[in-house]
Amino acid sequence: MLAYTVQRLIVALSVAFTVSVVAFFLLHLSGDIAISIAGPEASPAQVEVVRHQFGLDRPLVVQYLDWLWKAVHFDFGNSFYFRDTVVSLIASRIGVTLTLGAISLCLSLLVAVPLGVLAAVYNGTLIDRLALSFSVIGQAIPTFCLGLGLIILFSVTLRWLPVSGASTWKHYILPSIALGWYAVPAVMRLSRNGMLEVLSADYIRTARAKGVAPIVVIFKHALRNAIIPVVALAAVQFGFMLGGSIVIEAVFSMHGLGYLAWEAIARNDFPVVQAVVLILATIYVGLTFLADVANAFLDPRIRLA
Amino acid sequence: MALLDVQDLVIDIPVGGGVLHAVSEVSFAVERGETLAIVGESGSGKSLTSLAVMDLLPRVARRGAARLAFDGIDLLKLPERQMRKLRGSRMAMIFQEPMTSLNPAYTIGNQLTEALLCHENVGAEAARARAIELLERVGIAGAERRLLQYPHQLSGGLRQRVMIAMALMCKPDLIIADEPTTALDVTIQAQILRLLAELKKELNMAMILITHDLGVVARVADKVAVMYAGAIVERGSARAVFKAPSHPYTRGLLNCIPVPGRTAPGAPLGAIRGQVPNLIGRLQGCAFRNRCDFAAPECAGAMRFESPSPGHDVRCVRLEAQKAVA
Repeated sequence: MLAYTVQRLIVALSVAFTVSVVAFFLLHLSGDIAISIAGPEASPAQVEVVRHQFGLDRPLVVQYLDWLWKAVHFDFGNSFYFRDTVVSLIASRIGVTLTLGAISLCLSLLVAVPLGVLAAVYNGTLIDRLALSFSVIGQAIPTFCLGLGLIILFSVTLRWLPVSGASTWKHYILPSIALGWYAVPAVMRLSRNGMLEVLSADYIRTARAKGVAPIVVIFKHALRNAIIPVVALAAVQFGFMLGGSIVIEAVFSMHGLGYLAWEAIARNDFPVVQAVVLILATIYVGLTFLADVANAFLDPRIRLA
Repeated sequence: MALLDVQDLVIDIPVGGGVLHAVSEVSFAVERGETLAIVGESGSGKSLTSLAVMDLLPRVARRGAARLAFDGIDLLKLPERQMRKLRGSRMAMIFQEPMTSLNPAYTIGNQLTEALLCHENVGAEAARARAIELLERVGIAGAERRLLQYPHQLSGGLRQRVMIAMALMCKPDLIIADEPTTALDVTIQAQILRLLAELKKELNMAMILITHDLGVVARVADKVAVMYAGAIVERGSARAVFKAPSHPYTRGLLNCIPVPGRTAPGAPLGAIRGQVPNLIGRLQGCAFRNRCDFAAPECAGAMRFESPSPGHDVRCVRLEAQKAVA
């Protein structure tokens, strides 16, 4: 178990390192940053001043190491556009995005896993077909369409829920449904296929031969084994939700990390973009690592290997 | 009254091009303390027969019988809830594949005690004690430590012993062993068979042993039923069937086994020519006739059992003709 954890940790750290390199150099590939900062009307001399002021005249490797060193100490410098440090900007926005992502993930798992189990247990019946059609529809509707549709129905027509913002828990209901919806089809199909495979396994027959109740066979013997790949997928989906919430945050005017990234990109606010990319990527890598560890706990063949 | 009484068991499986008559008109009885061996090749319907007794057939299969009774209980009319109470407690099953028949996610202890905890009103501690007792009885050293281990940490032989212990947890009256030694090394096979025979005697259980290995049958069975293409072709006491095998298929099977001291080194073993018939659609007459040396036109007609000696039945209308040739 320890060897496995260390091995996964090393993998995670090397991915995180690679991401940091990509995040740093991507911006330098997008043109001369000094010119962008100084503005279109600046003279070459002014550009040189800016270049020196921001340390952009140093070798790239030095710039990268300097940036990374500060980044691991949570110092991403100042925003070019907002009159604030990058860290305090992110700190004020990340809560909305994490809350939205967590609620969406829980919602989608609560719908998708039971639906997948149901479809597998009633394989080939009407229930199975309904569940599959539901997942196809889910995949076919873009999140922003669903978001707008929900606003029209529940906020504008029925007036049950607020249209936009993120100030109370009610504000999170519609965006969470819209965002969580996106993960339902994939998770549902993986649960269904996993359950189908496990339900035809020899050990399920053994359990039935013991006279165990069907509900115990399904949940104790089958789901426990079928859920293992779902955990890894859920981690990936959570990462997608954090990154993909940019659309939902824009539709519902929630000032989260995605919205911040969108604003920063529109205004060439490089330090903010870099920091958001790095933080989202790091969270993503962290989630994958946690999923690996969770899998080891669920599967004794990994844990005790 | 026999502990298990099966009369005219039929198993049909609807398939793409019609209905597969996997098992047809199979009848046998097992008494307490008796071992019945059901012998046949792959696809002969022997495993399905055992699953039908436990009511564990695949969902698509249809089961029918004139009578299917366990200790006087009519299993044909028994609701699933009542059937579940019999399964694992009064009738237990040991499966062919010890490598895949244990749940990889749970410890041996958890899986051993499960049946006892769900059928009998006992505490966890008592169930654990019984599990340790049985693991020791089936010859597993360090039983207490094994309870905490997972299936992947055990060898095939050990897993099959665990499966046997698991089947015995509730002291069943009938134990069905479906090819319990097929997946094991030859050296382990003998140990497992000896163990099963001992336990059966000790606990006065009835046992149905499903196998394709006649050598196994000769060692442990009291009664034998030979199946071919979904039907029993010969049944009787092990002694009678081995001494005077009367169906050409049984004789063919016996000829395929090398006997030390009698089969000359290098001599070819017997083989049964031809192939098993397709079981989709209704089969008329004797299913073995296209592979049989004694086949005659009457073999395509109605089949019946002939008895060369009391308690020994052969599904062949050409017994006399066979004798004449021999």
